Amino acid sequence: MTTVATEPHSDHAEHHDHPAFLAHHFETPEQQYDSGKLGIWLFLVTEVLFFSGLFTAYIVYRYFHPEIFLYADNHLSVELGFLNTIILLFSSLTMAWAVRCAQLNQRKGLVLTLTITLICAGAFLVVKYFEYSHKIHEGLLPGEHFNYVPHEEGHHEETAAEHEHEEAVAAADQETHNPPAVDADHKNAEIPRNAGIFFSIYFCMTGLHGIHILFGMGFITWLIVRAARGDFNEQYFGPVDYVGLYWHLVDLIWIYLFPLLYLIG
Amino acid sequence: MATAHEPGTSVTTTHAADENYLTASHGLKSWLITLDHKRIGMMYLMGVMGAFFLGGIFALLLRAELFLGTPNTIFFDIKFLEMSAADVYNHMFTLHGAVMTFLFIIPSVPAALGNFVLPIMIGAKDVAFPRMNLCSFYLWIAGAILFLLAIALGGLDTGWTFYAPYSTTTNFGGVFAALMGAFVLGFSSIFTGLNFIVTLHTMRPPGMTWFKMPLFLWAIYATAIIQLLATPVLGITVLLLAVERVLHIGIFDPAYGGDPVLFQHFFWFYSHPAVYIMILPAMGIISELISTFSRKHIFGYTFIAYSSLAIAIFGFLVWGHHMFTSSSELGAAVFSLLTFSVSIPSAIKVFNWLATMYKGSIDLRTPMIYAVAFIFLFTIGGLTGLFLGTLATDIHLHDTYFVVAHFHYVMMGGTLVAFLGGVHYWWPKMTGKMYDEKWASIWALSILVFFNLTFFPQFIMGSRGMPRRYYNYVEEYQIYHQLSTIGAFLMGISLVCAAVVLIRSLKNGKQAPANPWGAATLEWKCSSPPPHNNFDHAPVVGDPYDMQSVVYDPAIEGFVDREPGSYESAH
Amino acid sequence: MSDSNNNHDDHHGFAHVMPLWILLAVFFALVGLTCLTVWTASMDFFGMDLLLAMVIATVKATLVMMFFMHLIQDKKFNVLVFISSFLFGALFVGFTLMDKDSYEHRITEQDADLVPTTQTAPPSE
Repeated sequence: MTTVATEPHSDHAEHHDHPAFLAHHFETPEQQYDSGKLGIWLFLVTEVLFFSGLFTAYIVYRYFHPEIFLYADNHLSVELGFLNTIILLFSSLTMAWAVRCAQLNQRKGLVLTLTITLICAGAFLVVKYFEYSHKIHEGLLPGEHFNYVPHEEGHHEETAAEHEHEEAVAAADQETHNPPAVDADHKNAEIPRNAGIFFSIYFCMTGLHGIHILFGMGFITWLIVRAARGDFNEQYFGPVDYVGLYWHLVDLIWIYLFPLLYLIG
Repeated sequence: MATAHEPGTSVTTTHAADENYLTASHGLKSWLITLDHKRIGMMYLMGVMGAFFLGGIFALLLRAELFLGTPNTIFFDIKFLEMSAADVYNHMFTLHGAVMTFLFIIPSVPAALGNFVLPIMIGAKDVAFPRMNLCSFYLWIAGAILFLLAIALGGLDTGWTFYAPYSTTTNFGGVFAALMGAFVLGFSSIFTGLNFIVTLHTMRPPGMTWFKMPLFLWAIYATAIIQLLATPVLGITVLLLAVERVLHIGIFDPAYGGDPVLFQHFFWFYSHPAVYIMILPAMGIISELISTFSRKHIFGYTFIAYSSLAIAIFGFLVWGHHMFTSSSELGAAVFSLLTFSVSIPSAIKVFNWLATMYKGSIDLRTPMIYAVAFIFLFTIGGLTGLFLGTLATDIHLHDTYFVVAHFHYVMMGGTLVAFLGGVHYWWPKMTGKMYDEKWASIWALSILVFFNLTFFPQFIMGSRGMPRRYYNYVEEYQIYHQLSTIGAFLMGISLVCAAVVLIRSLKNGKQAPANPWGAATLEWKCSSPPPHNNFDHAPVVGDPYDMQSVVYDPAIEGFVDREPGSYESAH
Repeated sequence: MSDSNNNHDDHHGFAHVMPLWILLAVFFALVGLTCLTVWTASMDFFGMDLLLAMVIATVKATLVMMFFMHLIQDKKFNVLVFISSFLFGALFVGFTLMDKDSYEHRITEQDADLVPTTQTAPPSE
């Protein structure tokens, strides 16, 4: 419905005729922009509180059962987490850049930066996929499904910490065939009670975060289509700004998730 | 009365005669995809009324079951579902609670009445995000369907609170569908609240400062704050519970290392503030009604406005008083102390309403009867809340009929009565028709009387130890249960009759003037029903409670502005 | 209103354009802080690791909010709105933790009765 009615160069924002991008119930583009901006900030508030439930769960279990976290953290790959952090930070940069392009009416730059953001989002999910499939393969699953059995020589690449740990467990395993709670020397080989709770929290937090990435990818795709069509100009860049804010919030949550999940102990 | 049409239309402006939002476009599709806040409000009104009817049927079935008591039961064992009569009762009270809270009370005032009048009250053409507004309505529909699905999938007998671990170990289909329903309805509520906050911030006309807004809008604003801050936590709670139900992740379920009391914290962090989502907008309606029908400027405007915000904020500090018997001593003591803070702003409002009525020229029209009934019932509900907030007495009263009576006095005697008052007040504006004043007020009074007959005995039996959520009881409680049941059925009949009076008015009601009650807020400055765009030019903003600015004109049986010049310019 | 003077004159109507060098500088600062937090996690800071990681994360979050999310140029009310979400989140966590902290010992005691053989590590780690 929003056709390319206003050419960016033309003197828009005369007071009386409504440009095509301006909804009928708003008086000025600025009023429309301010409304959208307040709207997206309020939405981000709901997002923060939405995630606050998971952070509460994390804090409660971390505080009362630190042993679960110290144990389970060894199964997370710091390298992959670090890689994803950088990918996401970079996508945040290109997103912020995209907002700048929209404000300055740079259509090509806008399409380019948005596309890079989209690619980064995809790359993040690919890395996530490898992490998830590895955990599912190992039986590092949430709650009652947790059935990690330490096994012999890792035939796949792992982090140093994980590798070391598995060797230790494997050694213990060969001796006694009774994996958990065998050897006082290998304390981190013991699987604490309810260790699955960590993976419940891990999967819930990263899963919900991943769903937000997916939604973000949808929004960015929509923006790319509209940007290529030339919908945006310095009077009307709201949607890019709003999606940008959403995207930065997703980044913001990851900034906390990374140390909380990957960098324990 | 067909003859009464002419004076109304001749004096109001040219607009009313030819076009209004109801006639702007035709056909079912024009309603289903409408972005007009008035039509969305009307669809919400019909929706919530339907939900109220359904929830009311469940309530009457419960009361009917309790009429005779042990060992008689009107419910039958449903053999193929392996449900005993007692199970059927459990399903009934759960559905009654869930439908009434999630589908009726929470959206009732903000989404139905608020949607209709909020933009008009600030002289705007629409809410800030009309598409989101329509989306909110369809999410409500989706939530309603999911609740119906929950019934179809084996029902729901967890109580509307979904306490773990019972909810994570029984009735897979029903619990799961209901949780998804609550999740979706949460988004519906968030969208409404978000829309209202933005609308009030960016779309008020020049001249309407924050402290020249009608108090109904302050109440809606405070409500929207709670909707935004609390509802997301409900979202994550039901989501986690659903995941717990499917995967047993051990966050809430003790069998896998979880903590069920943690669930109660999660749940009540939303559901206690949600109580204020239910009552605050009702209080806003009362502020409008009391001032209009006392023909007197509202007393203590700023106090009422700030007390709405105070209730919204304090409401977040007291959720633990639902958990006095399950939380720690320290938690209970802290929450008990904080609970009393909420009573202060609530009392401020009541005193201000009474002071507004004092030496006013009170006109006991139907909306005013509801408003006065509200003050009476809300005061009882509020004061009995103090007994429950007190730690020691609550241990005795916890989970008894005293609690049931308390929150019905607040939720039904408060919110429902105010909602009905609001519906009667804005009915002429919404439909353009006047209802039969005599019969409407008779049913209003009869609702007041039978409400007390229904719920007052519950205070007595509750304080004597009758626990809630039981399908039978020992004989000594029978007289109270029977009084309550009789009251419930008579109230049900009165409610239906009140609805019939309104519906009849659509067919043979008089044409409503633009301002039948003599209120000074902006929604009465456009014709009844309002035109599609509400106002062609932003109306002149005055004091919303300056009752001297309008004067009665017998020719149209309504009020007009005192200076004819400004009245014309309003259109 | 007064926020346009902290960058060069990139003022287009109501659009506050963030200069490119700020965006790039913020990005590199974020990468640097990420490396720092990985490094500190591999060291032992005498039980202060978590605190340190949270401080670094908060610095990163503040950078993102101020520059990527333009809060430094935004209306003050929007800042207030966003900050309030963290306050209410903290309220939620705080009260819940307070309550759980005072009843947790009952769970632990009962746990000890039920499963005396398991190795519940003391929370001193």
